[in-house]
Amino acid sequence: MANKSALTVRSTRFYNGLANWLKSPIHLIGLAALLFLAYTIAWPVLKILYTTFLWRQQDVRLTGEANPGHFTLYHWTRVLASDMSMNLFYKPILNSLGVGFAVSALSMLIGCGLAWLVVRTNVPWKKTIAFLAVIPYLLPSWIISQAWLTFFKNGKIGGTPGIMEALLHVSPPDWLSYGFVPIVVSLSIHDSVFFFLIVGAALSSMNSQLEEAASVTGAARWTILRRIVFPLVMPSILSGFILIFTKAISSYGVPALLGTPVNFYMISTMLYSSMRSRLTTEANVLSLTLMLISMLTIYLNQRVVGRRKSFVTVTGKDSARTLTSLGRWRYPAAGTAAFVMIFISVVPLLVLLFQSFMLKEGVYSLDNFTTHYWWGGSDPNINTGEKGVLQNDIFMLALKNSLYIAGVASVIAAVIGLILGYVVARGRQSWIGRMVDQVSFLPYLIPGISLAAIYISMFAKPTLIIPALYGTITLLILITVVKELPFTVKAGSASMMQIGKELEEAAQISGASWLTRFRRILLPLNRKSLMSAFLLVFIGAMKEMELIILLITPRTETLTTITFYYAEKGYEQLTNVILMIIIAIVITVYFLAVKFGKADLTQGIGGQ
Amino acid sequence: MNAIELQGIHVALDGKQVLNDIELTIKQGDFMTFLGPSGCGKTTLLRTIAGLQKADAGTITISGCEVANGETQFHMEPSKRRLSLVFQSYALWPHMTVYENVAFGLQVRKLAKAVVREKVEAALGKMRIAELAGRYPSELSGGQQQRVAIARAIVTEPDILLLDEPLSNLDAKLRVEMRAELKRLHQELNTTVIYVTHDQHEAMTLSTQVAVFFGGEIVQLDKPRELYKRPKTLQVAEFIGSAGMQMNRLEGVIRTDEEGLSWLETPVVLIPLAGGDSPTMQDGQEVVLTVRPEDIRLYEERRPGSIAMSVSAVFPSGAETLVQLDAAGMSLMARVIGESEYEPGTTLYAVLRQEQMNAYDKKTGIRMELQYAAHNNEPGESTHEDRLSYSR
Repeated sequence: MANKSALTVRSTRFYNGLANWLKSPIHLIGLAALLFLAYTIAWPVLKILYTTFLWRQQDVRLTGEANPGHFTLYHWTRVLASDMSMNLFYKPILNSLGVGFAVSALSMLIGCGLAWLVVRTNVPWKKTIAFLAVIPYLLPSWIISQAWLTFFKNGKIGGTPGIMEALLHVSPPDWLSYGFVPIVVSLSIHDSVFFFLIVGAALSSMNSQLEEAASVTGAARWTILRRIVFPLVMPSILSGFILIFTKAISSYGVPALLGTPVNFYMISTMLYSSMRSRLTTEANVLSLTLMLISMLTIYLNQRVVGRRKSFVTVTGKDSARTLTSLGRWRYPAAGTAAFVMIFISVVPLLVLLFQSFMLKEGVYSLDNFTTHYWWGGSDPNINTGEKGVLQNDIFMLALKNSLYIAGVASVIAAVIGLILGYVVARGRQSWIGRMVDQVSFLPYLIPGISLAAIYISMFAKPTLIIPALYGTITLLILITVVKELPFTVKAGSASMMQIGKELEEAAQISGASWLTRFRRILLPLNRKSLMSAFLLVFIGAMKEMELIILLITPRTETLTTITFYYAEKGYEQLTNVILMIIIAIVITVYFLAVKFGKADLTQGIGGQ
Repeated sequence: MNAIELQGIHVALDGKQVLNDIELTIKQGDFMTFLGPSGCGKTTLLRTIAGLQKADAGTITISGCEVANGETQFHMEPSKRRLSLVFQSYALWPHMTVYENVAFGLQVRKLAKAVVREKVEAALGKMRIAELAGRYPSELSGGQQQRVAIARAIVTEPDILLLDEPLSNLDAKLRVEMRAELKRLHQELNTTVIYVTHDQHEAMTLSTQVAVFFGGEIVQLDKPRELYKRPKTLQVAEFIGSAGMQMNRLEGVIRTDEEGLSWLETPVVLIPLAGGDSPTMQDGQEVVLTVRPEDIRLYEERRPGSIAMSVSAVFPSGAETLVQLDAAGMSLMARVIGESEYEPGTTLYAVLRQEQMNAYDKKTGIRMELQYAAHNNEPGESTHEDRLSYSR
């Protein structure tokens, strides 16, 4: 040692230090994750931002000033301050914000009410109500719009009228058939389940002694609810509010079906139509504003919740709970809740199923019954010769694609979520762990439709080692995995935190490599959370539309996109047939995962 | 050969210095205990030896082979150090049976199935839990889990066995049982054991060497008996003396006069000292005396050098009796073998065994070597008919 020169010591020190740093799985995985996230999230956003400030080749046709490749504010002024801004930007953004707030508020009312009823009162049939409340989540949100149209469609855009007109012989007014009201109702029915799950989880882990303590001091029930319960679940309510708000403003399917016929545009639908009419840069500007709104709401949420979270005693051991007695209102309350839930989640399904067997929609007689749309051959008189679904090659392709995308993406997303969750949970002391935590949250800020818009331009041409992914299934899988990352990482890290560090150290001392430790210790111990994340992503991918509609090519059709195509064309029965198939797949997987994998949906959703 | 050599170990956690310049040599076959209050760094040192914690400075040598070097940032993988660790929480893998838990380390080393089976069975047999092989950890009692954790640690035949507060989660009866078990195991396996505990009793009864930790430093390294008899600092003495040992503490002052005579003045007794001209002693120096209860002898009759005290309470506990005494407002505890009945208020005569007392400088807390002057009238050992107590 003594004759070693200082230089050798220093270089050995450097070499060993580097080797130690790299040998730690947290650093290695964290570094890989950061690179991946930088490439798939951070870089694209910056790039998009950059292109909105440049003249494009196409702009030459629009204005003589255009100087391709040079800086300009043209696109921004065109969107924000030109004669088309009103229709292109201001009306859609007001509509988006209006829908966002209305949906969040309505979902909060429904979700919190149900959660309180199920968790804190002695209402009967709790399991049934809870199950019914989850059903809308298992369906694509625009199925509800489809069902809405079946009921309330009027003669505005032609075709057969809805059930209401057929029965009552009154044409429903436009505001009831299309636009703001039905959009808000459809989205709220679908999204209130988030509130139900998040607030329900918070309420169920809240110690009822807190309430009892208040009631001992003589506080009335309403006072307890207002002064004790509400402040304690406030952070959960706020995060639910933000989740639904960002989801609602970026939703595409519902406003496309219910808004477009009456020229009710939201940013998302406007984004889509700008994209289709080759106004790519304008669409990018719209994406960026959509992102900005999401980020702003989340920032506000952090400001409000950040301070409050410190006194949250919501987490903790599940203690004995005393339930609020509803007295003689027990059965009426349960009945009403069950009835409403059945009405909004089961009845639409039955109606759509029923419709899929009707040769002509709106004709309710036995000789109108047909299985043509399920397995009939081509008939030029029906839907311009479109074959029955099960006979149709496009359907088979879409089914294959959908199952493939959902299956592969959910497995990958669940495993990546768990691995990154490990880095976040174990690396809390190091900058890399905190960084992964922060960056993996970014996709949450980017609305699905904006992310897709970014990916179109990003993966249109091959870059470096990555081939042109546009038009491939791989791109659809990639975007699904990236978009679901915030949820899977959150679920993974929450689950990893539960597992003592010593369990892993014991294996480390026994000589197990990190891979062995992960496979034999961590994976089995996190099985439940892994299954939940898998289920969450699978259901999400199966009904996903906002995210992929822009990226679809004829070869990569999925069930949701052909359904949507049929719906836009007005092939209602065909739409309904495929919807039924999607629902059957989702519900089957849900039951398998819950029964055999002990999956729990609340884990992933409640994580935020 | 030395099993472990630690030189100048420094460890900081979250920017806080936890271990400060640790120098320690542990001999092959030793049962070394790290003793100290919580937060003193003993577990961190154990983890540093195991390789779960990196040393910021200093070197660790195991069986003559350097495994960690702070200067060159060399850090050998824990699995290559040929040691095993039993965690305080046992860290049994809940999804594996007892057999699988114990077999894991061997399977990772890719041993043949038959060899694994044989070794696992031997380890389970050694811990006397062969019949539990098929159970899951959640189906075991605390003591059984402890045995599984130890079986898992010894099955790979490590050179060094590290135990991190292994008995702290057990109830009193099991703790005594497992203590005997650990002692037997150490004798049987003859491996080097490092044992971390905050329980003085465990340290005393099990170890061949005890290292006492305070504030990230080793304050004393000694054989248990030496540690008990001559704690190096007041802090150590009080730590060793706490928890059921009822160490008595007397504060006093050293006085010297012009004639060169010196004595120790306490509220209870004056103790003449020899060698008053020694430079270490100054007039007015404040001193703390510690006297163990068993080093106070009680007599019913007054005798030379004895102090009159009145009984304030009696605590019989089987084989011995603790007598609480009151002398000049000070409360002292004496330990008497056998059953003794005293009415509170009875006057007894106590003789303090000076050669067993320890004196500490009150300011620095460091032990002082005091020479006691020969007692003028030390009671002859022959006249002990009225003697009530003797030291153990």
